[in-house]
Amino acid sequence: MKQLSTDHLLGIKYLKKEDIDLIFNTADHFKEVINRPIKKVPSLRDITIANLFFENSTRTKLSFELAEKRLSADIINFSASQSSVKKGETLIDTVNNILSMKVDIVVMRHPNVGAGVFLSKHVNAKIINAGDGAHEHPTQALLDSYSIKETLGTVKGKKVVIIGDILHSRVALSNIFALQLQGATVKVCGPTTLLPKYISSLGVKVETNLKKALAWCDVANVLRVQHERMDIKYFPSIREYTQLFGINKEILDSLGKKIVIMHPGPINRGVEITSDVADSKQSIILNQVENGVAIRMAVIYLLAQQIKK
Amino acid sequence: MKKKCIFAFKPKACTALMAKKTLLNAKDIHIILHRLACQLIENHNDFNNTVLIGLQPRGVFLAQRLMKILQEDYKISNIKLGQLDITFYRDDFRRRDEPLAASNTTIDFIVEDKNVVIIDDVLFSGRSIRSALTAIQSFGRPTSIELLVLIDRRFSRHLPIQPDYIGRQVDVINSEKVKVSWQENDKKDAVYILSNN
Repeated sequence: MKQLSTDHLLGIKYLKKEDIDLIFNTADHFKEVINRPIKKVPSLRDITIANLFFENSTRTKLSFELAEKRLSADIINFSASQSSVKKGETLIDTVNNILSMKVDIVVMRHPNVGAGVFLSKHVNAKIINAGDGAHEHPTQALLDSYSIKETLGTVKGKKVVIIGDILHSRVALSNIFALQLQGATVKVCGPTTLLPKYISSLGVKVETNLKKALAWCDVANVLRVQHERMDIKYFPSIREYTQLFGINKEILDSLGKKIVIMHPGPINRGVEITSDVADSKQSIILNQVENGVAIRMAVIYLLAQQIKK
Repeated sequence: MKKKCIFAFKPKACTALMAKKTLLNAKDIHIILHRLACQLIENHNDFNNTVLIGLQPRGVFLAQRLMKILQEDYKISNIKLGQLDITFYRDDFRRRDEPLAASNTTIDFIVEDKNVVIIDDVLFSGRSIRSALTAIQSFGRPTSIELLVLIDRRFSRHLPIQPDYIGRQVDVINSEKVKVSWQENDKKDAVYILSNN
């Protein structure tokens, strides 16, 4: 397969296994490109990309921007805090105004679930979802799986536990879809208040004992506690959360095996993960960041390929 | 003009219908490769400051074969050989019906201040070589870049690009295709001209 089966990247649930394989193969080549002395290819020099961030972002925005620049695309950046959204403009109006400046691809992060899908039905551009509410964050899941594949050789048959705030996490949902599509077994672990009620209907196992979950897995993907999304108290205190669900060196040493530690960032050091674990050899957190650029280059390149001259 | 049929990587179904004429057999290729190797030695001596770059996908076979001859028959050691993929540098991105899949690039040596010899099987429009010239500069600034090809389809250039080392020059019309087959990949060393009649 040389082309994606979808016109946009709205979520992992719209992808096939072959799409993921194609993205990973393409990302392999781009990973080599970004390690050259000159890390830029001219492929997208006649493509314009708008990065629309209606929600705060640091690494995803930087990673997309760098990926776009490495592909030689022209880019425009937009963040909701400095825009007419505050003046009451609708999403379609905002985007159509931007598209009338001849934009080919829109990378969008939005606080509302389904914003990407909605936009893809109303505007004439390729849409890449960079996170929609607590729904999906497909490029993060792709780079997570890619990093697992790079470290362990394959994703198929691996046991992955996603730990922490599953309820507010788009990373968790996209990861569940991506890992299952590639034949991994997924477990979620966290306080019951932060586990969605019907999560097991996705075919994932639920574990509330951190040590048991870690003893079972090959890979632990540790999520950030998203205080900003918590309108009520989901656990008594951060100290208690850390004691029950925080990953530290002692608990990892007690397992008798080396598991791979991942985190999508930003890390709350000392809350969900201690510094010695985050900075240890078991942790592939910085590899995830590097792979993020290669994965995003691959996704943008493959979608741009569909835009005919 | 059916533009699809003039490219080196044509669908199998298309080639099956074409008439096949042998341009070079295994013995011809053997002689030509030795001549090319000698010409390279003439210009690059012990290859201390020279690197060979085979273009993906099919220039790599020629580059590997030349390196083998240089090492085994002419006892030149330490030849540096890399393979370069030009997919991301092509000028026909989004203009083709079939998207191209990229191949691996492996250049694990420094290109800066080296004499680079780019190696490809067939030189046709010159567009691949134009892409390769841009691609190779991502690895540094070479002192010089030369071009070695097994087959030069002269009179068909779209760009002002000419080879420095030529295996064989051929005059074929645009609708004809030149196919180089390699023992390692196609079970036989040969060069064919494929035509529609």
